[in-house]
Amino acid sequence: MMSGFEAIAAAAALDLLAFSPPGWGATLLAGLGNSVIIALGAYGLGFAIGLCGAFGKLYGGPVTKDLLAVYTTIVRAVPELVLILILFYAFTGLLNQALLSWGMDRVQISPIITGIVVLGVVQGAYQTEVLRGGILAVPAGQIEAARAMGMPSVLLARRITIPLMTANALPGMANLWLNATKDTALLAVIGFSELTKATYQASATTKAFFVFYPAAMALYLGISLTSTFLIGRIEKWARRGQRDVRG
Amino acid sequence: MGAARAKGCARVMKNVFKPHRVVLIVLAVALVAWCALSLNWTWLANPKYQMLIVQGIWRTIWIVVVTMVIGMILAVPIGLAQAAGPWYLSAPARVFCTVIRGTPLLMQIWLLYYGLGSLFPSIPWIKQSDLWPYLRQAWPYAVVALSLSVAGYEGEVMRGAFKGVPHGQLEAAKAMGMSPFTLLRRIWLPQALQRVLPTLGGETVSQLKSTPLVSTITIMEIYAVTGRIRQDTFIIYEPLLLLAVVYMCLTGLIVLLFRWLEGRTPTRTA
Repeated sequence: MMSGFEAIAAAAALDLLAFSPPGWGATLLAGLGNSVIIALGAYGLGFAIGLCGAFGKLYGGPVTKDLLAVYTTIVRAVPELVLILILFYAFTGLLNQALLSWGMDRVQISPIITGIVVLGVVQGAYQTEVLRGGILAVPAGQIEAARAMGMPSVLLARRITIPLMTANALPGMANLWLNATKDTALLAVIGFSELTKATYQASATTKAFFVFYPAAMALYLGISLTSTFLIGRIEKWARRGQRDVRG
Repeated sequence: MGAARAKGCARVMKNVFKPHRVVLIVLAVALVAWCALSLNWTWLANPKYQMLIVQGIWRTIWIVVVTMVIGMILAVPIGLAQAAGPWYLSAPARVFCTVIRGTPLLMQIWLLYYGLGSLFPSIPWIKQSDLWPYLRQAWPYAVVALSLSVAGYEGEVMRGAFKGVPHGQLEAAKAMGMSPFTLLRRIWLPQALQRVLPTLGGETVSQLKSTPLVSTITIMEIYAVTGRIRQDTFIIYEPLLLLAVVYMCLTGLIVLLFRWLEGRTPTRTA
C-alpha cells in the first residue's frame, strides 16, 4: 500500500520535472543556463579587473595603489546583495544619463549584461587580492633575472610572472569561481530568472517545494563538484615541474 | 617605550600626509560633504525611521552573534567526526559540508522557510505542540538556516584544525591515562580552537554579509528596513548609501574585536 503511494508520488515528481510545459524542467534548465552564463561572464570580467588590479597594486603609482585599496576594501566589507542593488541602480542610471546627454534614447539593458557587470565588479575586488598574493609568491629572483635581461614589462608579465603565479593563485581562484556560481543566486532577489528564481517560481506555483529545491540544489552541487574535479586537473597541470612537497 | 611610540606615531603621520594622500583625503571629504549637502537626507529626521534603523541594526547584530555561536557549537562535532570519527559518522558529516558549501545560502533559506513552512501546518502533532507559535514566525527558519551554513563552512575548518594538532600532544595525554573525553576537553579542543581563531574573524564578517538574505523571508533587519524606507519615500540612493556605511562600520567593529581577542590569547611565537 505504502510503496504504491510512494510510486505515485515519485511519478508525480518526475512529471513536475518533465521537460515539456506541464513540467517545469525546461524552466529550471533555462535558469541553470542563465546562472552559468552570468557566472562565467562575471568571473571573466572579474579576472580582467583582478589582473589589472593586482599589477596596479604592486607596481602602480601611489595614487593607483590607494584607489585600488579603497576599491577592494569597500567591496569586501559590504554585503554582495547591497553592492548588487547599488551597482544595479548606479550602472543603469549612469549609462542612461550618459546616453541622454549625448542625445541618444534611453536603453533597456539586458538583465544578463547587468548581472555580469555587477557581479564582475564584486569578483574583481576579491580576485585582485588573490592574484596579488599569487604574484607576491613568485620568487623575486625570477623577475629580477628577467628585468636584468632587459625584458619589457608586458613580456615579463606574459612569459615569467603569470605562468609562475598560476599554481599559487589557483586554490584561491577556484574558491572564487565557486563563490561566483553561488552569488548568481543573489540576482534572484532583484528579479533575474536564474536558477534560484526559476526554482522559486516553479515551487510557488505547484507547492512541490521538496521536488524543486532538491532538484535545483543537485544542479548547483553538480556545477560545484564538476568544477572541483576540473580545477584539480588544472592545478596538477599548473604544478607540473614543481617538486612535490611530500617528497 | 614612550619614545618608540612617538616615533611610530610620527611615521604614521608622515604616511598619512604624503602629498598625493592629502589630495585624495581632500577629495574624499569633498565627496562626503557633497553627499551630505546635496542628497536628500530629510527622511533621517523622521523618528519612525530612526526607530526602525536602530532596531534593524540591533537585529542584524543579534542574528550574527546567535548564528555564529550555534554554528560553532555544531561545527565542533562535525569537524571531529570528519577528522577522527568512524565512517558512519564521517560520511554524513562530509555530505553535510559538501551540500551546505555547494549550494547557495539563499536557496537553503528558501527551502527551509517555504518548504518546511508549508509542510509543518499539515502535520497535526506539530500544530498542537508548544513550539507552533514560534514555528509560525520567520526568525526560527532564518536562525536555523544561517546556523547550518556556519556549521557547514566551519565544520570543514574544524576538521583541518583537529588534524593539525600535533600527534605528540594527543599521545602524551593518552600516555598520562587521560580518558578520551578529558583529552578532547583539555588538550585537543583548546588547541584546535586556537588554530581556528585567526580565521574566525573573517568568517564572522562573511556571516554579517549573509544576513541581508534573511530579509527575503520577511525579517526586518537593517537591509529590510532600508528597503522599506526606499519604498515609502521613493528615495533610491540615499538609504542604500546609509546601508553600505552601516555594514562597513559593523565590519570594522568585528575586525577590531577579533584583533583584540587574538591579542589576548596567549601564543608562543618561535
